[in-house]
Amino acid sequence: MLKRPAVLLLTAALLTGCGGGSGDANTLSYFIADAAQADVAARCAAESGGAYSFDIQRLPNNAAGGREQLLRRLAAEDRSLDIVSVDPPFMAEFANAKFLRPFTDAERQEFSAGVLKGPLEQSTFRDTLFSAPLYGNTQLLWYRKSVLQKAGVDPGAGPVTWDQLIKGASQAGVTFAAQGRRNESLMVWVNALIASAGGSILAPGSENLPANQVKSGLDSPAGTAAVTIMHDLAVSPAAPAGFSTAGEEDSRAAFQADNGGFMVNWPYVWAAFDAAIKEGSLPANFKDDVGWAAYPRVEAGRESAPPSGGLGLSISAFSDRQELAVQAIRCLASKQSQTEFMVSAGNPAALSSVFDDPKIREMFPMADQIREGMDTATPRPVSPYYGDVTGSIQTAFHPPDSLSPQKTPREANSLLEDVLSNKRLI
Amino acid sequence: MSTTLPAAPPQAAATKTSHRRVRLTDRARKERNLGWMLAGPAFFVMVAVTGYPILNAIWLSLFDYRLTDPGAKDFIGLGNYATILTDGLFWRQFGVTTLITVVTVAVELVLGFALAMVMHRALYLRTALRTAILVPYGIITVVSSYAWAYAFSNTYGFVNPTLGLGDYDWFGGTWSALFTICVAEIWKTTPFMSLLLLAGLAQIPDDYLEAAKVDGARAWQRVKRVILPNMKAAIMVALLFRTLDAFRIFDSVFIMTAGAQNTETLSFLAYRQTISRVMIGLGSAVSVILAILVVLIAVMFVKVFRTDLSQQRGDRK
Repeated sequence: MLKRPAVLLLTAALLTGCGGGSGDANTLSYFIADAAQADVAARCAAESGGAYSFDIQRLPNNAAGGREQLLRRLAAEDRSLDIVSVDPPFMAEFANAKFLRPFTDAERQEFSAGVLKGPLEQSTFRDTLFSAPLYGNTQLLWYRKSVLQKAGVDPGAGPVTWDQLIKGASQAGVTFAAQGRRNESLMVWVNALIASAGGSILAPGSENLPANQVKSGLDSPAGTAAVTIMHDLAVSPAAPAGFSTAGEEDSRAAFQADNGGFMVNWPYVWAAFDAAIKEGSLPANFKDDVGWAAYPRVEAGRESAPPSGGLGLSISAFSDRQELAVQAIRCLASKQSQTEFMVSAGNPAALSSVFDDPKIREMFPMADQIREGMDTATPRPVSPYYGDVTGSIQTAFHPPDSLSPQKTPREANSLLEDVLSNKRLI
Repeated sequence: MSTTLPAAPPQAAATKTSHRRVRLTDRARKERNLGWMLAGPAFFVMVAVTGYPILNAIWLSLFDYRLTDPGAKDFIGLGNYATILTDGLFWRQFGVTTLITVVTVAVELVLGFALAMVMHRALYLRTALRTAILVPYGIITVVSSYAWAYAFSNTYGFVNPTLGLGDYDWFGGTWSALFTICVAEIWKTTPFMSLLLLAGLAQIPDDYLEAAKVDGARAWQRVKRVILPNMKAAIMVALLFRTLDAFRIFDSVFIMTAGAQNTETLSFLAYRQTISRVMIGLGSAVSVILAILVVLIAVMFVKVFRTDLSQQRGDRK
């Protein structure tokens, strides 16, 4: 005879197993994208005096993987999600689907006070704040001082264009690394080039349109300018080996190599150089040879629109502990937390005032350039259909060496519009 | 001497079961009830976990439905199928999938047969040898794909330095990327093929081989005239299993190229639409088409090539 209590016990165990998270009313599940978030969370929990604690869950370490996991769980109205770390370009998609709790006006004021333009812009959708900016990000142009003379170009002396850099690097026999890999980093590059040329991937105002009415701005002079630069760099002798498969870390490896010259990349590389020096894979004086400048321009007379990245903290609309989550975010995204996070993870704070901290200025000699970059940065398109947008761009603009300034902008334009209208596959 | 030896005796004609209802004895009825009680729960669970999702996928494939836009769910009939079948991308990926399937299965058959012969004939360390050959199959595909992706990497891989290829980018071109994917697949699944072939090899009576030897057949003649004809059923089953598997290839492509350089396969197409784009309707339609193609392959093997699946259960002899 089967014992009924045993069956009940088993069922209960299975059900709690499926529920996930902790049943404790004060425990907030916190989905983090960067390991350093856990340290800040531990301090916040300790400081809360028992008001809340965290059940830390790690998201996949690439942007697309994190999006897919959050999207699936939120679409299933998973109640075990409280605070989620959202990569800014994906926020609009979640917000549009009503997966995220909008911050109230008062909270919006609190979380956006002193935040730089780039991170703030990408945290709002339809004039509502859905993410509290935890950090912002932007790319800089990194260069090896020792190659400048041969290259005949000096980014330290004033703004430089992509053309100048490609020619200079080719002339000097050094590499110019950018991210040609078919993933989100390609989208970052395409967006920065098009925005720097004065265009936009989606026609203005498409934020509120249904998918099949969204128009693309790729078939434009800005689109052509972007394609020309990508193609020219990819086929030039300055392109590092494996250009079409190179992500951020491959770019850094190319830059660190003996024939490294120039690179566009996020500021995390500065901390990564330190780590490589400590490890012994780079000479101790490597950083003395490294310079940085604003993101390259497309046209000499037009200011560049550097990439914008970062991370925002959002609250799941299906969470049972939303008020407690707001309270926790006050600490998680505070100035102190952002400073700590910038020190440990090397990711730039979203708050402007953090860059005035003497410790930060000492650690990041390029703090002013980063802050400036984040203020002029152009976020990737804020669209509820961002998945389709980035998928189409990654298909149409890859591999960079086979792009055609005559054909690619037109083809990319129609691919994007057709995909959004459910007429084509990607 | 040159005549082909008869294949192993055909399966004894199945006794024709009478369709006439026979009155069951009490014992038979009880046994039948017991059978249902034992197998019933599993049967219903299987129907629930396989039947329901399949039917649901077919149903969803008739909608224009985006997971992040549930309000805009429209019934569009076979519209998604029309979109897919008229899109060049689908046909290109069908071609890539077929190419990978044909190449990997063909190479695996040859290599698998050679390995099966080695395992069958080994006189010493037979267990150790068999274990060693089977190790790749025990490795998770994602892990083996990463291993091969690192091996072929142009920055830290061992393939380029070994072959003296400098910084050649294997993943930078369609053909070279497909080659690496095929290598990873073949390395991983050849042991499975050889295991199935070994089962067939073990079923060939030694008498046949000895008779052929006495008749003066050389090694190659024995393989061609005795071993292969008698293994036909095992070979077909092995080909069927591997073809069905290979046609659904996903992991290696996902890890090694993420579909770049035109290496996307049909499973990848389904993943992209369903998981990345959350176009549930379109993705379900791709999955349904993929499932139909897999069924067609199975039917082709069973009907056209007359693959005898009972061979696998050891019903013969």
